[in-house]
Amino acid sequence: MTGDGSSGVRRRLFVSTATFGLLAFAICLVAPLVGRTPVSLARVFDRSIPFHDNVDAQIFFIARLPRAIAGAIVGSALAAAGVVFQALLRNPLATPFTLGVSAGAALGAILAITFPLAVSTLPFSAVPLASFLGSLFAVLIVYALATGRRLGLSTNVLLLAGVTLNSFFSAIILFVQYMADASLPRAVRWLMGDLDVATYSPILAAIPFTLVAFVAFAWLPRSLNLLAAGPDAAASRGVDVLRAQRLAFFSASLATGAAVSLGGPIGFIGIVVPHLVRLIVGADHRVVLPASALFGAGFLVACDVVARTAMAPLELPVGIVTALIGGPFFLWLLVREGGR
Amino acid sequence: MLQADDVTLEWRRAAPTGATPARRRAPGLHGVSLTVSRGSLFGILGPNGSGKTTLLRVLAGILAPARGRVLLDGADLRHLSRRSVARRVAVVPQETHLAFDYSVLELALMGRYPHLGAFGLEGPGDVRLAREALAATGTLELQHRAFSTLSGGEKQRVVIASALAQSPELMLLDEPTASLDLGYQLEIAALLRHLNAERGVTMVLATHDLNFAGSVCDHLALLKDGRVMAQGLAESVLTREAVEALYDVEADVGRHPATGHLVVVPIRKAS
Repeated sequence: MTGDGSSGVRRRLFVSTATFGLLAFAICLVAPLVGRTPVSLARVFDRSIPFHDNVDAQIFFIARLPRAIAGAIVGSALAAAGVVFQALLRNPLATPFTLGVSAGAALGAILAITFPLAVSTLPFSAVPLASFLGSLFAVLIVYALATGRRLGLSTNVLLLAGVTLNSFFSAIILFVQYMADASLPRAVRWLMGDLDVATYSPILAAIPFTLVAFVAFAWLPRSLNLLAAGPDAAASRGVDVLRAQRLAFFSASLATGAAVSLGGPIGFIGIVVPHLVRLIVGADHRVVLPASALFGAGFLVACDVVARTAMAPLELPVGIVTALIGGPFFLWLLVREGGR
Repeated sequence: MLQADDVTLEWRRAAPTGATPARRRAPGLHGVSLTVSRGSLFGILGPNGSGKTTLLRVLAGILAPARGRVLLDGADLRHLSRRSVARRVAVVPQETHLAFDYSVLELALMGRYPHLGAFGLEGPGDVRLAREALAATGTLELQHRAFSTLSGGEKQRVVIASALAQSPELMLLDEPTASLDLGYQLEIAALLRHLNAERGVTMVLATHDLNFAGSVCDHLALLKDGRVMAQGLAESVLTREAVEALYDVEADVGRHPATGHLVVVPIRKAS
């Protein structure tokens, strides 16, 4: 579907935002109703029953809604970050994890899980904090490398540095795990990506960073469209390229870091969602970015429902579900792109 | 309207103004001064590696020179914002590769971006201008096609349309015919002359195709090793001696009996 007529981009923006927004909202509302104990939406919002007697409301608000909200935040952040990284690197196969953000986050989390004593005096869980700091650490290393020679921001160096950092950090993670196998199950579960947040507090901690990233995203779409034709072409159409690239890199890294600290490195959301959305709404980032954020929210929450219920009473980490859906999709995409 | 004044650029010192990182081995520029007057068809000629593309990027303000300055109607490009330059100067690069599947109309509409507000979406007026630009380059019937599915000649005309939708006073074109066969070369030549005559767009084009330049340009500058060897009216610049010095070849320069265009016939490599 291509831009058509004066109403083109406005109409597509409105229709896609409304459709994907309603879809995400409906999924977030229905997801907490599904599970081993069925919950009735009517009873949840029945004001005549006091909250401490209303089991349905307790399950809805305390046990399941945090998980749905976490899924929505993580899904939208990863999907939007995927869109931004793909445009920044001019590579449709880039993911939010390509540049090492998630590897840094994973290293931080694994260290916090393996050596829990060092920071256990903190009033909140150390793992999300450590993973967020780890992602910032990785981001700064990659950025320093890509701008090191003071010749602007090289997206090639960015890509190479990110890929290298990914394997290097993975090696350290394996080393730490090998040396301290007592904490292995928890570490492995974290690495799979899991939305079992249990309370609202990690969500509240992730919201400010996600918000800052999304405010920055609002400035990006037009520059991203022009960057698709290359930095020179973008500059000649009025984009301050270095500033746009910096904003894209740091905001997408921030969104990824916040998402990973909340849900672990949940794979494939950042590539499956943007590509599905592009198939539906076209390539214009002014439509693709908001549509991906909304669709990503609904998609991950839906995947999490599958993860919770598919093998009940066993709860799968949602990362397994997204990978099982994402892997074949990715291959189909490669075949399709290659066929043209 | 566009004036380069003692532009010098050694690549190690190059300060990119936000575009691509400098390629270290690219040719530098040494004291390049030239004047492009409003309404002219100005050709920058030179062999491969003489600095044509670098000079074009400096003239577009994408690359800042280490010494010297570029003036757009008397104002130093360094003091103008990227957007205000983009509203007046459009660039047609040698090749355009899009990372995503934009339609032809979407690409043409990107030419309107420097004219829109920070969060502005293009309105009916912008779509009309983009369609006009596509029509002017004979590509309106391709408007709903994906850019990636076009042939080389169609792509080049669509990119020119996108630059035209920018409503520029000045267009800078890098090797506009580099990958095109004879038919398309003639088409592009006619298109550039037409846009110049009908819309008054000043054109600066870098090319190593002497006959293309001879058939389109009224003014020429000869560039070798980052230095201007000669500049002025086409027929006074494009001489046998100049071509021989520029390319180290023996050549014949004359006017084509039917078209009246300057024609260069290379004869043999100078010994």
